[in-house]
Amino acid sequence: MLNLVLALPMTMLAVAALLAFARLVRGPTLPDRVIAIDLIGAIIVCLLVALAAATAEQAFLDVAIVIALISFVGTVAYAKFLERERP
Amino acid sequence: MIEWLSGGLFFAGATLVLLAGVGVVRMPDVFTRMQASTKASTLGLGCLLAGLAIRHPEVSFVVRAASIAAFMMLTSAVAAHVIARAAALSGAPLWKGTLIDERPESPSRSDPAGPESGR
Repeated sequence: MLNLVLALPMTMLAVAALLAFARLVRGPTLPDRVIAIDLIGAIIVCLLVALAAATAEQAFLDVAIVIALISFVGTVAYAKFLERERP
Repeated sequence: MIEWLSGGLFFAGATLVLLAGVGVVRMPDVFTRMQASTKASTLGLGCLLAGLAIRHPEVSFVVRAASIAAFMMLTSAVAAHVIARAAALSGAPLWKGTLIDERPESPSRSDPAGPESGR
């Protein structure tokens, strides 16, 4: 049921996830990597929204809510770790 | 008509997210990378959720889409502020072309930088 109207945006989202992963591998400092992980979480939420629209299945939206919550908590925890790590 | 509007919103949202990815790779600095990531990914997700709500106009889809949009609009600003504060306190290097640096020499300062950062 995956028509072209939704296949093209999902391909673009996958390319964006690959770019964010390149920054995650290459990032010079630790805040760069935290930003890349945050962006990857947002892209996963976007992909789940597109998948829910393609399959008309509302369980994907529940998964998107949970992943958004966990990604936010993880980002705040990483930031607190960075502040405490400061010499 | 509904199909075309929803497809256009999906395409716009995916374009914004792709621009966020390009900005995260191409920007020269931690803070510029962060504004590209946060702003564009919030707007892109908003466009995708609007396309979803137009495509499936049922109560369960629209309520969930609105809750995801409200939650991401609230938390992405908080997350960006927290990461920026941590990066500034840990002394992340700025871009060479930066004109004004208002940080109070955070890499070389030994005392805690404020009353609320002692935790």
